[in-house]
Amino acid sequence: MNAKRYLRLLGVQLKASGLLALQYRADFLAEGLTSLAWTFTALAPLFVVFGTRPSIEGWTFQESLLVVGWFTLLQGVLEGAISPSLTGMVEHIRKGTLDFVLLKPADAQFLVSTQRFLPWRAVNVLSGVALFVYAFVSLGRWPSLPGIFASLVLLGTSMLILYSMWILVVSAAFFVVKVDNLTYLFTSIFDAARWPSSVFRGSLSWVFTFIIPLALMTTFPALALLGRLPWTWLVGAVVGSVAFAAVARWVWLMSIRHYTSASS
Amino acid sequence: MSLRTALKAFPTMLRIGFSEAVAYRAEMVIWVLSTTMPLIMLALWSAVARGGAVGRFGQAEFTGYFLAAFCVRQFTSSWVAWLVSYEVKQGTLAMRLLRPVSPLLSYATEVLAGIPLRVVVVLPVVGISLWAAGAERAVPTSLGGWGLFLLGLVGAWLITFYLNVLLGTLSLFMESSQKLMEVYMVLFFVCSGYMFPVEFFPPGARTVMEWLPFRYQMGLPVELMTGAHAAKEAWTLLAAQWTWVAGLGVVSMAVWRRGLARFAAFGG
Repeated sequence: MNAKRYLRLLGVQLKASGLLALQYRADFLAEGLTSLAWTFTALAPLFVVFGTRPSIEGWTFQESLLVVGWFTLLQGVLEGAISPSLTGMVEHIRKGTLDFVLLKPADAQFLVSTQRFLPWRAVNVLSGVALFVYAFVSLGRWPSLPGIFASLVLLGTSMLILYSMWILVVSAAFFVVKVDNLTYLFTSIFDAARWPSSVFRGSLSWVFTFIIPLALMTTFPALALLGRLPWTWLVGAVVGSVAFAAVARWVWLMSIRHYTSASS
Repeated sequence: MSLRTALKAFPTMLRIGFSEAVAYRAEMVIWVLSTTMPLIMLALWSAVARGGAVGRFGQAEFTGYFLAAFCVRQFTSSWVAWLVSYEVKQGTLAMRLLRPVSPLLSYATEVLAGIPLRVVVVLPVVGISLWAAGAERAVPTSLGGWGLFLLGLVGAWLITFYLNVLLGTLSLFMESSQKLMEVYMVLFFVCSGYMFPVEFFPPGARTVMEWLPFRYQMGLPVELMTGAHAAKEAWTLLAAQWTWVAGLGVVSMAVWRRGLARFAAFGG
Protein backbone atom coordinates (compact mmCIF):
# COMPACT_ATOMS: atom_id res chain seq x y z
CA MET A 1 0.00 0.00 0.00
CA ASN A 2 2.79 2.42 -0.76
CA ALA A 3 2.66 5.66 -2.68
CA LYS A 4 4.94 4.38 -5.45
CA ARG A 5 2.56 1.58 -6.33
CA TYR A 6 -0.36 4.00 -6.58
CA LEU A 7 1.65 6.35 -8.76
CA ARG A 8 2.38 3.46 -11.10
CA LEU A 9 -1.30 2.51 -11.10
CA LEU A 10 -2.24 6.10 -11.92
CA GLY A 11 0.25 5.98 -14.80
CA VAL A 12 -1.39 2.85 -16.19
CA GLN A 13 -4.90 4.35 -15.97
CA LEU A 14 -3.74 7.61 -17.59
CA LYS A 15 -2.06 5.73 -20.39
CA ALA A 16 -5.20 3.72 -21.13
CA SER A 17 -7.34 6.87 -21.34
CA GLY A 18 -4.68 8.64 -23.39
CA LEU A 19 -4.53 5.85 -25.95
CA LEU A 20 -8.31 5.85 -26.21
CA ALA A 21 -8.32 9.61 -26.78
CA LEU A 22 -5.72 9.29 -29.54
CA GLN A 23 -8.09 7.02 -31.43
CA TYR A 24 -10.60 9.84 -31.67
CA ARG A 25 -8.35 12.68 -32.76
CA ALA A 26 -11.14 14.58 -34.51
CA ASP A 27 -12.67 15.08 -31.06
CA PHE A 28 -9.93 17.60 -30.35
CA LEU A 29 -11.45 19.98 -32.88
CA ALA A 30 -15.02 19.33 -31.75
CA GLU A 31 -14.07 19.84 -28.10
CA GLY A 32 -12.25 23.03 -29.03
CA LEU A 33 -15.33 24.43 -30.72
CA THR A 34 -17.69 23.51 -27.88
CA SER A 35 -15.23 24.90 -25.36
CA LEU A 36 -15.22 28.19 -27.27
CA ALA A 37 -19.02 28.19 -27.33
CA TRP A 38 -19.30 27.61 -23.56
CA THR A 39 -16.67 30.25 -22.85
CA PHE A 40 -18.86 32.57 -24.88
CA THR A 41 -21.88 31.83 -22.64
CA ALA A 42 -19.75 32.61 -19.61
CA LEU A 43 -18.66 35.90 -21.16
CA ALA A 44 -21.92 37.11 -22.73
CA PRO A 45 -23.57 38.21 -19.44
CA LEU A 46 -20.34 39.97 -18.46
CA PHE A 47 -20.37 42.02 -21.65
CA VAL A 48 -23.98 42.96 -21.00
CA VAL A 49 -23.42 43.74 -17.30
CA PHE A 50 -20.33 45.86 -17.87
CA GLY A 51 -22.02 47.60 -20.77
CA THR A 52 -24.17 49.32 -18.15
CA ARG A 53 -21.48 50.35 -15.63
CA PRO A 54 -17.69 50.19 -15.12
CA SER A 55 -17.52 48.10 -11.94
CA ILE A 56 -19.71 45.81 -9.87
CA GLU A 57 -19.11 45.14 -6.18
CA GLY A 58 -15.53 46.37 -6.61
CA TRP A 59 -14.77 44.22 -9.68
CA THR A 60 -13.94 45.74 -13.06
CA PHE A 61 -14.50 43.93 -16.34
CA GLN A 62 -10.88 42.76 -16.65
CA GLU A 63 -10.81 41.55 -13.06
CA SER A 64 -14.03 39.60 -13.53
CA LEU A 65 -12.47 38.06 -16.64
CA LEU A 66 -9.90 36.47 -14.33
CA VAL A 67 -12.70 34.84 -12.35
CA VAL A 68 -14.31 33.54 -15.54
CA GLY A 69 -10.86 32.35 -16.62
CA TRP A 70 -10.47 30.29 -13.44
CA PHE A 71 -14.02 29.02 -13.88
CA THR A 72 -13.24 27.87 -17.44
CA LEU A 73 -9.94 26.31 -16.41
CA LEU A 74 -11.50 24.38 -13.56
CA GLN A 75 -14.32 23.31 -15.84
CA GLY A 76 -11.64 21.74 -18.02
CA VAL A 77 -10.24 19.89 -15.01
CA LEU A 78 -13.73 18.86 -13.95
CA GLU A 79 -14.84 17.58 -17.36
CA GLY A 80 -11.49 16.10 -18.29
CA ALA A 81 -10.47 14.36 -15.11
CA ILE A 82 -13.34 14.23 -12.62
CA SER A 83 -16.77 13.88 -14.30
CA PRO A 84 -15.91 10.96 -16.65
CA SER A 85 -15.11 8.77 -13.65
CA LEU A 86 -18.29 9.93 -11.94
CA THR A 87 -20.36 8.72 -14.86
CA GLY A 88 -18.48 5.44 -14.83
CA MET A 89 -19.03 5.04 -11.10
CA VAL A 90 -22.79 5.59 -11.39
CA GLU A 91 -22.83 2.89 -14.10
CA HIS A 92 -20.94 0.55 -11.75
CA ILE A 93 -23.47 1.00 -8.97
CA ARG A 94 -26.46 0.60 -11.28
CA LYS A 95 -25.17 -2.50 -13.01
CA GLY A 96 -23.69 -4.04 -9.89
CA THR A 97 -20.18 -4.24 -11.37
CA LEU A 98 -18.83 -2.23 -8.46
CA ASP A 99 -18.25 -5.56 -6.74
CA PHE A 100 -15.39 -6.28 -9.12
CA VAL A 101 -13.76 -2.98 -8.22
CA LEU A 102 -14.15 -3.65 -4.51
CA LEU A 103 -12.49 -7.05 -4.92
CA LYS A 104 -9.33 -5.58 -6.42
CA PRO A 105 -6.33 -5.27 -4.11
CA ALA A 106 -6.16 -1.47 -4.19
CA ASP A 107 -8.12 1.32 -2.57
CA ALA A 108 -11.60 1.43 -4.14
CA GLN A 109 -11.83 5.22 -4.03
CA PHE A 110 -8.55 5.48 -5.91
CA LEU A 111 -9.64 2.96 -8.55
CA VAL A 112 -13.02 4.49 -9.31
CA SER A 113 -11.71 8.03 -9.42
CA THR A 114 -9.00 7.26 -11.93
CA GLN A 115 -10.94 4.91 -14.20
CA ARG A 116 -11.45 7.34 -17.04
CA PHE A 117 -9.94 10.61 -18.28
CA LEU A 118 -10.96 12.67 -21.30
CA PRO A 119 -7.78 14.52 -22.29
CA TRP A 120 -9.45 16.47 -25.11
CA ARG A 121 -11.73 18.14 -22.61
CA ALA A 122 -8.64 19.85 -21.30
CA VAL A 123 -9.04 22.37 -24.14
CA ASN A 124 -10.98 24.39 -21.57
CA VAL A 125 -7.76 24.80 -19.60
CA LEU A 126 -6.23 26.50 -22.64
CA SER A 127 -9.29 28.77 -22.98
CA GLY A 128 -8.89 29.72 -19.33
CA VAL A 129 -5.21 30.58 -19.76
CA ALA A 130 -6.05 32.62 -22.88
CA LEU A 131 -8.55 34.60 -20.80
CA PHE A 132 -5.86 35.31 -18.16
CA VAL A 133 -3.45 36.58 -20.81
CA TYR A 134 -6.11 38.76 -22.41
CA ALA A 135 -7.22 40.17 -19.04
CA PHE A 136 -3.70 41.06 -17.96
CA VAL A 137 -2.76 42.55 -21.33
CA SER A 138 -5.76 44.86 -21.13
CA LEU A 139 -5.02 45.63 -17.47
CA GLY A 140 -1.58 46.72 -18.66
CA ARG A 141 0.39 44.87 -15.98
CA TRP A 142 1.46 41.38 -15.03
CA PRO A 143 0.86 39.42 -11.82
CA SER A 144 3.66 39.31 -9.25
CA LEU A 145 5.65 36.11 -8.66
CA PRO A 146 4.24 35.51 -5.14
CA GLY A 147 0.81 36.14 -6.66
CA ILE A 148 1.33 33.44 -9.28
CA PHE A 149 2.70 31.08 -6.64
CA ALA A 150 -0.31 31.68 -4.38
CA SER A 151 -2.72 31.12 -7.27
CA LEU A 152 -1.00 27.83 -8.13
CA VAL A 153 -1.36 26.69 -4.52
CA LEU A 154 -5.02 27.66 -4.76
CA LEU A 155 -5.35 25.70 -8.01
CA GLY A 156 -4.24 22.67 -6.01
CA THR A 157 -6.75 23.33 -3.24
CA SER A 158 -9.54 23.98 -5.78
CA MET A 159 -8.90 20.67 -7.45
CA LEU A 160 -8.93 18.97 -4.07
CA ILE A 161 -12.29 20.60 -3.25
CA LEU A 162 -13.79 19.73 -6.65
CA TYR A 163 -12.67 16.16 -6.23
CA SER A 164 -14.09 15.98 -2.71
CA MET A 165 -17.41 17.38 -3.88
CA TRP A 166 -17.38 14.68 -6.53
CA ILE A 167 -16.83 11.99 -3.88
CA LEU A 168 -19.77 13.41 -1.92
CA VAL A 169 -22.04 13.34 -4.99
CA VAL A 170 -21.00 9.78 -5.80
CA SER A 171 -21.74 8.74 -2.24
CA ALA A 172 -25.29 9.95 -2.88
CA ALA A 173 -25.46 7.45 -5.75
CA PHE A 174 -25.37 4.62 -3.20
CA PHE A 175 -28.64 5.85 -1.71
CA VAL A 176 -30.58 7.15 -4.76
CA VAL A 177 -30.63 4.62 -7.56
CA LYS A 178 -31.54 6.34 -10.82
CA VAL A 179 -28.86 8.98 -11.01
CA ASP A 180 -27.69 9.29 -14.61
CA ASN A 181 -28.03 13.01 -14.22
CA LEU A 182 -25.82 13.46 -11.18
CA THR A 183 -23.18 15.03 -13.40
CA TYR A 184 -25.64 17.76 -14.36
CA LEU A 185 -26.39 18.43 -10.72
CA PHE A 186 -22.71 18.63 -10.04
CA THR A 187 -21.94 21.06 -12.87
CA SER A 188 -24.93 23.22 -11.98
CA ILE A 189 -23.67 23.61 -8.42
CA PHE A 190 -20.33 24.57 -9.90
CA ASP A 191 -22.05 27.11 -12.21
CA ALA A 192 -22.42 29.50 -9.29
CA ALA A 193 -18.64 29.84 -9.21
CA ARG A 194 -18.54 31.83 -12.42
CA TRP A 195 -18.99 35.24 -10.76
CA PRO A 196 -16.84 37.02 -8.19
CA SER A 197 -18.16 35.74 -4.88
CA SER A 198 -18.96 39.26 -3.65
CA VAL A 199 -22.09 39.33 -5.85
CA PHE A 200 -23.63 36.86 -3.44
CA ARG A 201 -25.04 38.46 -0.33
CA GLY A 202 -26.03 37.33 3.14
CA SER A 203 -26.59 33.65 3.78
CA LEU A 204 -25.74 32.67 0.18
CA SER A 205 -22.29 34.17 0.48
CA TRP A 206 -21.77 32.22 3.70
CA VAL A 207 -22.93 28.98 2.08
CA PHE A 208 -20.66 29.46 -0.94
CA THR A 209 -17.63 30.15 1.22
CA PHE A 210 -17.98 27.59 4.00
CA ILE A 211 -20.48 24.86 3.01
CA ILE A 212 -19.90 24.58 -0.77
CA PRO A 213 -16.58 26.41 -1.00
CA LEU A 214 -17.07 27.91 -4.47
CA ALA A 215 -15.52 31.24 -3.50
CA LEU A 216 -12.27 29.42 -2.72
CA MET A 217 -12.15 27.91 -6.18
CA THR A 218 -12.45 30.89 -8.52
CA THR A 219 -12.53 34.17 -6.60
CA PHE A 220 -9.56 33.46 -4.32
CA PRO A 221 -7.13 32.53 -7.14
CA ALA A 222 -8.26 35.57 -9.14
CA LEU A 223 -7.59 37.77 -6.11
CA ALA A 224 -4.21 36.09 -5.70
CA LEU A 225 -3.26 36.90 -9.30
CA LEU A 226 -4.30 40.51 -8.70
CA GLY A 227 -2.17 40.53 -5.54
CA ARG A 228 -5.14 41.34 -3.34
CA LEU A 229 -5.48 38.08 -1.43
CA PRO A 230 -4.52 38.35 2.26
CA TRP A 231 -2.09 35.61 3.41
CA THR A 232 -4.48 34.55 6.14
CA TRP A 233 -7.11 33.69 3.49
CA LEU A 234 -4.58 31.55 1.64
CA VAL A 235 -3.76 29.61 4.79
CA GLY A 236 -7.49 29.33 5.51
CA ALA A 237 -8.11 27.94 2.02
CA VAL A 238 -5.43 25.27 2.40
CA VAL A 239 -6.61 24.19 5.85
CA GLY A 240 -10.26 24.33 4.78
CA SER A 241 -9.78 22.25 1.64
CA VAL A 242 -7.85 19.56 3.50
CA ALA A 243 -10.62 19.41 6.11
CA PHE A 244 -13.24 19.24 3.34
CA ALA A 245 -11.36 16.37 1.70
CA ALA A 246 -11.18 14.53 5.03
CA VAL A 247 -14.94 14.84 5.49
CA ALA A 248 -15.54 13.60 1.95
CA ARG A 249 -13.31 10.59 2.54
CA TRP A 250 -15.18 9.79 5.74
CA VAL A 251 -18.56 10.01 3.96
CA TRP A 252 -17.23 7.76 1.20
CA LEU A 253 -16.13 5.11 3.69
CA MET A 254 -19.55 5.28 5.38
CA SER A 255 -21.37 4.88 2.06
CA ILE A 256 -19.22 1.98 0.94
CA ARG A 257 -20.15 0.22 4.17
CA HIS A 258 -23.81 0.93 3.42
CA TYR A 259 -23.47 -0.58 -0.06
CA THR A 260 -25.13 -3.95 -0.48
CA SER A 261 -23.89 -5.38 -3.73
CA ALA A 262 -26.15 -6.46 -6.55
CA SER A 263 -25.92 -10.13 -5.69
CA SER A 264 -26.46 -10.07 -1.95
CA MET B 1 -52.00 5.20 -37.20
CA SER B 2 -55.17 7.14 -37.30
CA LEU B 3 -55.93 10.22 -35.31
CA ARG B 4 -58.69 8.38 -33.50
CA THR B 5 -56.46 5.65 -32.05
CA ALA B 6 -53.99 8.32 -31.02
CA LEU B 7 -56.67 10.33 -29.25
CA LYS B 8 -58.01 7.24 -27.56
CA ALA B 9 -54.59 6.18 -26.33
CA PHE B 10 -53.60 9.67 -25.21
CA PRO B 11 -55.17 9.73 -21.69
CA THR B 12 -53.75 6.30 -20.86
CA MET B 13 -50.31 7.32 -22.08
CA LEU B 14 -50.50 10.45 -19.95
CA ARG B 15 -51.44 8.35 -16.92
CA ILE B 16 -48.52 5.97 -17.48
CA GLY B 17 -46.17 8.91 -17.96
CA PHE B 18 -47.39 10.48 -14.74
CA SER B 19 -46.89 7.26 -12.79
CA GLU B 20 -43.37 7.05 -14.19
CA ALA B 21 -42.68 10.62 -13.18
CA VAL B 22 -43.88 9.84 -9.66
CA ALA B 23 -41.80 6.67 -9.51
CA TYR B 24 -38.65 8.57 -10.48
CA ARG B 25 -39.39 11.67 -8.42
CA ALA B 26 -35.88 11.77 -6.99
CA GLU B 27 -34.58 12.10 -10.53
CA MET B 28 -36.93 15.01 -11.13
CA VAL B 29 -35.71 16.79 -8.03
CA ILE B 30 -32.16 16.46 -9.33
CA TRP B 31 -33.25 17.88 -12.70
CA VAL B 32 -34.93 20.80 -11.01
CA LEU B 33 -31.83 21.43 -8.95
CA SER B 34 -29.75 21.44 -12.10
CA THR B 35 -31.75 24.29 -13.64
CA THR B 36 -30.64 26.82 -11.08
CA MET B 37 -29.01 29.08 -13.66
CA PRO B 38 -31.72 31.81 -13.35
CA LEU B 39 -31.06 31.96 -9.61
CA ILE B 40 -27.32 32.39 -10.21
CA MET B 41 -28.08 35.11 -12.75
CA LEU B 42 -30.44 36.70 -10.25
CA ALA B 43 -27.56 37.00 -7.78
CA LEU B 44 -25.38 38.69 -10.40
CA TRP B 45 -28.05 41.10 -11.57
CA SER B 46 -29.09 41.92 -8.01
CA ALA B 47 -25.50 42.98 -7.40
CA VAL B 48 -25.76 45.19 -10.49
CA ALA B 49 -29.10 46.63 -9.36
CA ARG B 50 -27.64 47.60 -5.98
CA GLY B 51 -25.66 50.25 -7.88
CA GLY B 52 -28.84 51.63 -9.51
CA ALA B 53 -31.55 50.45 -11.90
CA VAL B 54 -30.74 49.08 -15.37
CA GLY B 55 -33.34 50.31 -17.87
CA ARG B 56 -36.71 49.46 -16.34
CA PHE B 57 -35.12 46.82 -14.11
CA GLY B 58 -34.57 47.48 -10.42
CA GLN B 59 -34.02 44.91 -7.69
CA ALA B 60 -37.70 43.87 -7.57
CA GLU B 61 -38.03 43.63 -11.36
CA PHE B 62 -34.97 41.38 -11.59
CA THR B 63 -36.32 39.14 -8.83
CA GLY B 64 -39.66 38.84 -10.64
CA TYR B 65 -37.98 38.23 -14.00
CA PHE B 66 -35.55 35.51 -12.98
CA LEU B 67 -37.95 33.64 -10.71
CA ALA B 68 -40.40 33.67 -13.64
CA ALA B 69 -37.59 32.36 -15.87
CA PHE B 70 -37.04 29.52 -13.41
CA CYS B 71 -40.75 28.63 -13.51
CA VAL B 72 -41.03 28.85 -17.29
CA ARG B 73 -37.99 26.58 -17.64
CA GLN B 74 -39.67 23.97 -15.44
CA PHE B 75 -42.76 23.92 -17.65
CA THR B 76 -41.14 24.13 -21.07
CA SER B 77 -38.02 22.01 -20.69
CA SER B 78 -37.79 19.07 -23.02
CA TRP B 79 -35.28 16.23 -23.24
CA VAL B 80 -36.64 14.66 -26.39
CA ALA B 81 -33.47 15.38 -28.40
CA TRP B 82 -31.40 13.32 -25.97
CA LEU B 83 -34.07 10.62 -25.82
CA VAL B 84 -34.29 10.23 -29.60
CA SER B 85 -30.56 10.25 -30.06
CA TYR B 86 -30.15 7.66 -27.29
CA GLU B 87 -32.86 5.40 -28.67
CA VAL B 88 -31.47 5.62 -32.18
CA LYS B 89 -28.04 4.65 -30.92
CA GLN B 90 -29.35 1.78 -28.79
CA GLY B 91 -31.79 0.63 -31.45
CA THR B 92 -34.69 0.75 -28.99
CA LEU B 93 -36.49 3.16 -31.29
CA ALA B 94 -37.57 0.02 -33.15
CA MET B 95 -39.72 -0.95 -30.15
CA ARG B 96 -41.50 2.37 -30.25
CA LEU B 97 -42.10 2.07 -33.98
CA LEU B 98 -43.88 -1.26 -33.44
CA ARG B 99 -46.62 0.45 -31.44
CA PRO B 100 -49.69 1.75 -33.24
CA VAL B 101 -49.02 5.29 -32.01
CA SER B 102 -46.44 7.69 -33.40
CA PRO B 103 -43.23 7.74 -31.29
CA LEU B 104 -43.40 11.53 -31.36
CA LEU B 105 -46.70 11.41 -29.51
CA SER B 106 -45.25 9.11 -26.87
CA TYR B 107 -42.25 11.41 -26.43
CA ALA B 108 -44.60 14.38 -26.11
CA THR B 109 -46.75 12.67 -23.49
CA GLU B 110 -43.68 11.62 -21.55
CA VAL B 111 -42.62 15.27 -21.28
CA LEU B 112 -46.15 16.54 -20.63
CA ALA B 113 -46.80 13.97 -17.90
CA GLY B 114 -43.92 15.37 -15.88
CA ILE B 115 -45.55 18.78 -15.65
CA PRO B 116 -47.99 18.13 -12.74
CA LEU B 117 -45.07 17.20 -10.50
CA ARG B 118 -43.20 20.30 -11.55
CA VAL B 119 -46.13 22.45 -10.47
CA VAL B 120 -45.34 21.30 -6.94
CA VAL B 121 -41.86 22.80 -7.32
CA VAL B 122 -43.01 25.94 -9.11
CA LEU B 123 -45.78 27.00 -6.73
CA PRO B 124 -43.52 27.88 -3.78
CA VAL B 125 -41.19 29.76 -6.15
CA VAL B 126 -44.14 31.82 -7.39
CA GLY B 127 -45.06 32.42 -3.78
CA ILE B 128 -41.56 33.72 -3.02
CA SER B 129 -41.72 35.91 -6.11
CA LEU B 130 -45.08 37.37 -5.02
CA TRP B 131 -43.61 38.14 -1.63
CA ALA B 132 -40.24 39.50 -2.79
CA ALA B 133 -41.12 41.28 -6.02
CA GLY B 134 -44.75 42.26 -5.48
CA ALA B 135 -47.80 40.86 -7.27
CA GLU B 136 -47.61 43.04 -10.39
CA ARG B 137 -44.01 42.01 -11.08
CA ALA B 138 -44.47 38.30 -10.34
CA VAL B 139 -47.65 37.14 -12.10
CA PRO B 140 -50.17 38.54 -14.61
CA THR B 141 -52.64 40.74 -12.76
CA SER B 142 -55.63 40.41 -15.09
CA LEU B 143 -57.52 37.48 -16.56
CA GLY B 144 -56.52 38.61 -20.04
CA GLY B 145 -52.91 38.73 -18.92
CA TRP B 146 -53.15 35.12 -17.72
CA GLY B 147 -54.61 34.13 -21.07
CA LEU B 148 -51.75 35.75 -22.99
CA PHE B 149 -49.21 34.16 -20.66
CA LEU B 150 -50.68 30.67 -21.05
CA LEU B 151 -50.77 31.09 -24.83
CA GLY B 152 -47.11 32.16 -24.76
CA LEU B 153 -46.23 29.23 -22.49
CA VAL B 154 -47.88 26.70 -24.80
CA GLY B 155 -46.13 28.26 -27.78
CA ALA B 156 -42.80 28.10 -25.97
CA TRP B 157 -43.36 24.45 -25.08
CA LEU B 158 -44.15 23.61 -28.71
CA ILE B 159 -41.12 25.45 -30.10
CA THR B 160 -38.85 23.70 -27.61
CA PHE B 161 -40.42 20.33 -28.39
CA TYR B 162 -40.10 20.75 -32.17
CA LEU B 163 -36.52 21.97 -31.92
CA ASN B 164 -35.77 18.92 -29.78
CA VAL B 165 -37.36 16.60 -32.33
CA LEU B 166 -35.33 18.28 -35.06
CA LEU B 167 -32.06 17.94 -33.15
CA GLY B 168 -32.79 14.37 -32.10
CA THR B 169 -33.72 13.35 -35.63
CA LEU B 170 -30.39 14.66 -36.88
CA SER B 171 -28.81 11.70 -35.12
CA LEU B 172 -30.45 9.58 -37.83
CA PHE B 173 -28.40 11.47 -40.41
CA MET B 174 -25.15 12.05 -38.55
CA GLU B 175 -22.87 9.83 -36.49
CA SER B 176 -23.32 11.99 -33.40
CA SER B 177 -25.54 15.00 -32.91
CA GLN B 178 -24.33 15.42 -29.33
CA LYS B 179 -22.09 18.38 -30.14
CA LEU B 180 -24.89 20.06 -32.07
CA MET B 181 -27.10 19.79 -29.00
CA GLU B 182 -24.43 21.55 -26.98
CA VAL B 183 -24.33 24.37 -29.52
CA TYR B 184 -28.11 24.59 -29.28
CA MET B 185 -27.91 24.82 -25.49
CA VAL B 186 -25.35 27.63 -25.76
CA LEU B 187 -27.54 29.58 -28.18
CA PHE B 188 -30.57 28.98 -25.99
CA PHE B 189 -28.76 30.16 -22.85
CA VAL B 190 -27.48 33.36 -24.41
CA CYS B 191 -30.21 34.36 -26.88
CA SER B 192 -33.42 33.33 -25.14
CA GLY B 193 -33.48 35.74 -22.22
CA TYR B 194 -32.51 32.96 -19.82
CA MET B 195 -29.33 34.67 -18.59
CA PHE B 196 -30.45 38.25 -19.05
CA PRO B 197 -33.53 39.98 -20.49
CA VAL B 198 -33.45 40.17 -24.31
CA GLU B 199 -33.95 43.91 -24.16
CA PHE B 200 -30.40 44.27 -22.79
CA PHE B 201 -28.98 43.37 -26.18
CA PRO B 202 -27.75 46.36 -28.20
CA PRO B 203 -30.36 47.47 -30.80
CA GLY B 204 -28.79 45.66 -33.79
CA ALA B 205 -28.42 42.35 -31.98
CA ARG B 206 -31.91 42.75 -30.58
CA THR B 207 -33.43 42.77 -34.03
CA VAL B 208 -31.63 39.51 -34.78
CA MET B 209 -33.05 38.05 -31.54
CA GLU B 210 -36.59 39.01 -32.57
CA TRP B 211 -36.10 36.89 -35.69
CA LEU B 212 -34.56 33.85 -33.99
CA PRO B 213 -36.77 31.26 -32.24
CA PHE B 214 -34.94 31.29 -28.89
CA ARG B 215 -36.45 34.50 -27.63
CA TYR B 216 -39.92 32.97 -27.94
CA GLN B 217 -38.91 29.91 -25.92
CA MET B 218 -38.12 31.78 -22.74
CA GLY B 219 -38.10 35.57 -22.94
CA LEU B 220 -41.63 36.02 -24.24
CA PRO B 221 -43.47 33.87 -21.67
CA VAL B 222 -41.38 35.38 -18.89
CA GLU B 223 -42.19 38.90 -20.05
CA LEU B 224 -45.86 37.99 -20.32
CA MET B 225 -45.79 36.50 -16.82
CA THR B 226 -44.18 39.62 -15.37
CA GLY B 227 -46.48 41.95 -17.30
CA ALA B 228 -43.81 43.68 -19.37
CA HIS B 229 -45.94 44.20 -22.47
CA ALA B 230 -49.12 46.10 -23.28
CA ALA B 231 -51.77 43.97 -24.98
CA LYS B 232 -51.03 45.15 -28.54
CA GLU B 233 -47.30 44.54 -28.29
CA ALA B 234 -47.97 41.18 -26.68
CA TRP B 235 -50.18 40.09 -29.57
CA THR B 236 -47.51 41.06 -32.13
CA LEU B 237 -44.90 38.98 -30.30
CA LEU B 238 -47.32 36.08 -29.87
CA ALA B 239 -48.03 36.17 -33.59
CA ALA B 240 -44.31 35.91 -34.29
CA GLN B 241 -44.05 33.07 -31.77
CA TRP B 242 -46.87 31.06 -33.30
CA THR B 243 -45.43 31.60 -36.77
CA TRP B 244 -42.32 29.86 -35.46
CA VAL B 245 -44.49 27.12 -33.93
CA ALA B 246 -46.15 26.47 -37.28
CA GLY B 247 -42.93 26.64 -39.28
CA LEU B 248 -40.94 24.41 -36.95
CA GLY B 249 -43.86 22.00 -36.72
CA VAL B 250 -43.90 21.48 -40.48
CA VAL B 251 -40.11 21.28 -40.83
CA SER B 252 -39.51 18.94 -37.88
CA MET B 253 -42.25 16.54 -38.98
CA ALA B 254 -40.84 16.44 -42.51
CA VAL B 255 -37.29 15.81 -41.27
CA TRP B 256 -38.56 13.18 -38.84
CA ARG B 257 -40.28 11.30 -41.66
CA ARG B 258 -37.20 11.45 -43.92
CA GLY B 259 -35.01 10.40 -41.02
CA LEU B 260 -37.16 7.39 -40.12
CA ALA B 261 -36.78 6.11 -43.66
CA ARG B 262 -33.07 5.85 -42.94
CA PHE B 263 -33.49 4.09 -39.63
CA ALA B 264 -32.48 0.47 -39.60
CA ALA B 265 -32.30 -1.25 -36.25
CA PHE B 266 -29.59 -3.84 -35.93
CA GLY B 267 -30.94 -7.31 -35.61
CA GLY B 268 -34.32 -6.06 -36.81
